[in-house]
Amino acid sequence: MAERKNYMYMSWWKILGVVLLAYTFTAGLLVNVPRLPQLQETIRNLFFHVCMWFGMMILFTISFIQAIKFLRTNKIEYDIASRQYIGVGMLFGLLGYLTGTIWMSYTWADPNNPAYASFGSIAREPKLIGAAIALLVYAAYLVLRDSIQDMDKKARISAVYNIFAFAMLFPSIWIIPRLLPSLHPGGEGNPALNFNDIDSNMRLVFYPAVIGWSLLGVWITTLKIRLKKISEQKLVQ
Amino acid sequence: MKKITGLFVFLLLNKFLNAQDVKMADVMRENGKIYVVIAVMLTILAGVVFYLVRLERKISRLEKNK
Repeated sequence: MAERKNYMYMSWWKILGVVLLAYTFTAGLLVNVPRLPQLQETIRNLFFHVCMWFGMMILFTISFIQAIKFLRTNKIEYDIASRQYIGVGMLFGLLGYLTGTIWMSYTWADPNNPAYASFGSIAREPKLIGAAIALLVYAAYLVLRDSIQDMDKKARISAVYNIFAFAMLFPSIWIIPRLLPSLHPGGEGNPALNFNDIDSNMRLVFYPAVIGWSLLGVWITTLKIRLKKISEQKLVQ
Repeated sequence: MKKITGLFVFLLLNKFLNAQDVKMADVMRENGKIYVVIAVMLTILAGVVFYLVRLERKISRLEKNK
């Protein structure tokens, strides 16, 4: 292989990711959590639902870096990497959305009324709309990409679009929801990064969980990148 | 001194009472059934990781053959 071993072929970070995930699943269920009336045991979803969104942000950030690298070097391998990181990032985002739906239907919905009665107020939730905007902006990336036939043009236009999409990502999931009243926690200060915000016991699990889930996402993506490279080479021959 | 002790007792009692109001899955932790859930989750994780490792081996073989 190459003189400098590519990160995709190293195994230490994959093992680290799996160990951190095993720790998340074990400690995530056993750690002492604050007893909050509304959340009760569902507070442990912090290690799963919130980590999906953090994983998505990290994967989109890597994709953004790969897009810039492509524009600097014009090497098609960066374009392939950029595209695959967005694919897996979208998967994480959709899982975050789905898990959020399950979680909120047990904590936000009014238990005294039928579920559809609370729907009106929940659907207006700014955090949900912001996240939907972010995911749709990235869905448009996939549509835009696949609509261009020419390889070089496709790579260049999607890299530029990727940069704009990334510029929209943080405003739509962090800034806009904060300007509006919301049921979603983390509206004040630096959510999840503020040291007084979440319980110190939970932080001991939450940070490793974010790293573990993100490494799992990166692992899946590297496999997709390698497969894509093989199929591209078959096309050239 | 009395005041401080009173405040301390109040805080302790408050914490204790608050802890009792909220229903948590304490029974599950007491009788150890929570470990069953952990075992199931870890098995699923092991399955996914096994699958990914197999997939990576296959891809490596493809890369060598080209």
